[in-house]
Amino acid sequence: MFKKAALATALGAVSLAATGLAMADDYVVDTEGQHAFIQFKINHLGFSYILGNFEVFEGRFHYDSEDLEASSVEMEVQVSSLNTNNAERDKHFISSDFLDADEYPTATFVSTGFTPNGDDEGVLTGDLTLHGETREIEMPVTLMGEGEDPWGGYRAGFEGSTTLTLADFGIDMSDFPEAMHELELYVTFEGVRQ
Amino acid sequence: MWRNTRSGWGLVSITLHWASAVAVVGLFLLGWWMTGLSYYDSWYNLAPWWHRSIGMLLLFATLLRVLWRLFQPTPVAHGSRMERVAAHLGHIALYVLMLTVMVSGYLISTAKGRGIGVFDWFEVPALISHLPDQASIAGEIHWYSAVALVLLAAGHTLAALKHHFLDRHDTFIRMLNPARTRRR
Repeated sequence: MFKKAALATALGAVSLAATGLAMADDYVVDTEGQHAFIQFKINHLGFSYILGNFEVFEGRFHYDSEDLEASSVEMEVQVSSLNTNNAERDKHFISSDFLDADEYPTATFVSTGFTPNGDDEGVLTGDLTLHGETREIEMPVTLMGEGEDPWGGYRAGFEGSTTLTLADFGIDMSDFPEAMHELELYVTFEGVRQ
Repeated sequence: MWRNTRSGWGLVSITLHWASAVAVVGLFLLGWWMTGLSYYDSWYNLAPWWHRSIGMLLLFATLLRVLWRLFQPTPVAHGSRMERVAAHLGHIALYVLMLTVMVSGYLISTAKGRGIGVFDWFEVPALISHLPDQASIAGEIHWYSAVALVLLAAGHTLAALKHHFLDRHDTFIRMLNPARTRRR
């Protein structure tokens, strides 16, 4: 009994050390503490904007201030978690009229490259898959802060935004005015280093 | 006159029955029509407003109706034993479907925590919100149970007509005339 427990502890320590080595600059997006937001902003008939966000997603990123070009991000979003504070509108947005969450339940972003522009800015390129269509997008991003948090962890946080043309992703907006054919995507999150 | 007896339905039950019949058929047609409206239609917001308001009132009326039914005598059923059992099960199914349609409809609109305005009189608060995919799942249930309800109601109507024209007993008449409560 004691032997078994000791062995398990030893194995656990070894595997912890191994993952610690392999993932020195790998971060997990802090969705648990909800320091992560994926928002969108789309015009409403030329009058104002509808603001909304996706509530359920997860992500990981690689970030090393000494080697910025190796930066990478992966995000996975549950489309049906869209929220604009109006249940009937949200139901419509995720229906087959627009995002079709039944058919395409997840949206993903996988970065393919990063071009630094100074120490804390750059342009991220990557494949965005939305509504079953994958398109390469570019998103200017900014490092907002990096360092030890008050709870014994190490964090890095970013923001970025880009404009998407919905037709590129097979979402038909032709019944709506020109101003509604695009939306602005704003993402901000911090990650906890693993 | 107001209350039921073993020989007929009182005015309360008769009024609730026919108001529900009109509301169910009306809400079904309104719901079917309004979900096909384009965003630019002048009824796009107004039709759902009527649909939600009447639906909520019907929900309250139905809860009252079920209570009234439970605490009032029920007129004696006619027909063979099999017919009476089938009728009873059919009536229970109608109540269950009505409540399913209305509760699922309520759960669509309250899925994000907002209440439902009933005309501009008052608001029914959201009690159950933020379940996973609540609005979409409730929407599916709302549609299929509404179709089932309307089909069963059509069968209910045919049965009533059969009792009236073929069996020639007063099952149909006593749902029209509260005076039948006084007989026998």
